[in-house]
Amino acid sequence: MQWLVLVLVVVMLTSAVAVLVLKDFLAALAALSVVSLGLSVLFVILRAPDVAMTEAAIGAGLSSLLFALALRRLGLWRNGGRP
Amino acid sequence: MQRLSSALFLLGLGLLIAAIFRGMEFGTVAPIVGQAINSAAAEQVGAANFVTAVVLGYRGFDTLLELTILFTAATAGGMVLGKRSPTAKRDPDAGFILQAGADLLFPLLVIVGLYIILHGHLTPGGGFQGGVILASAFFVPILARPGTRMSHTAVSTIEGLAGASFIFIGLLAMFGGEAFLTPLMGQGELGALLSAGSLPVLYLAVGLKVGSELAGLLAQLSESEAVD
Repeated sequence: MQWLVLVLVVVMLTSAVAVLVLKDFLAALAALSVVSLGLSVLFVILRAPDVAMTEAAIGAGLSSLLFALALRRLGLWRNGGRP
Repeated sequence: MQRLSSALFLLGLGLLIAAIFRGMEFGTVAPIVGQAINSAAAEQVGAANFVTAVVLGYRGFDTLLELTILFTAATAGGMVLGKRSPTAKRDPDAGFILQAGADLLFPLLVIVGLYIILHGHLTPGGGFQGGVILASAFFVPILARPGTRMSHTAVSTIEGLAGASFIFIGLLAMFGGEAFLTPLMGQGELGALLSAGSLPVLYLAVGLKVGSELAGLLAQLSESEAVD
């Protein structure tokens, strides 16, 4: 179980750094939802299935959808983020 | 200068977080309130899922305020981002695979969302999670066919009715001489679908409100014009 947590934390930290570094906004969005997904698995390991469901539905699903729609509205979703 | 102050701020924040986490062990909790609730919730509220007993039974007023915060955030997001000029062109329909996939996914997502809402007092999940799944279910057809419009009057009617019924159930308890949002209608058998009194009804209201609110927000955002 310790190993799983370690792998998850490394994946989450890597994708959190990738959110900052990536030039393409949509790719950064995908990396952001990877962070949320890893967090929801961590919640399952901590025996909090309620919170894990909320994190998976809202953090990984709905908020990335909202971000994508906002990027579309602002014209930042194509051409690697250059308007 | 700005970099220096940012570095100082980060250092202070790091020290604060480190001080908080030094005394905490990963995976263990300090059970003070939790044990009391674990031993009393099954008798007092009658919900097999103790999280629901806390969210709607012991802390129902907090849930009402949470709904208010969500409503305010959704309204503000829709106001800022949801503008559309009447001459803006619409996105074309998606291809065959996405359309067929959307038709397949829609009933499945609706069933899963309703299941999670209606079993909120028995299994993990509840109104918020199921409501989000319902909202994404009703957004999938729009994703496949951007030309279709979601009826905003229907969405806001459902949302208003659900929110009003949540407050009305709370007020019913007050008319009976109890505190606001006290669970009503007896407890029933622990673990049965019809148990825990008015908690499933409250969660249904929460789920419908969250679902219609977020579906309306998503539809409004997707109807807004895209900047190319």
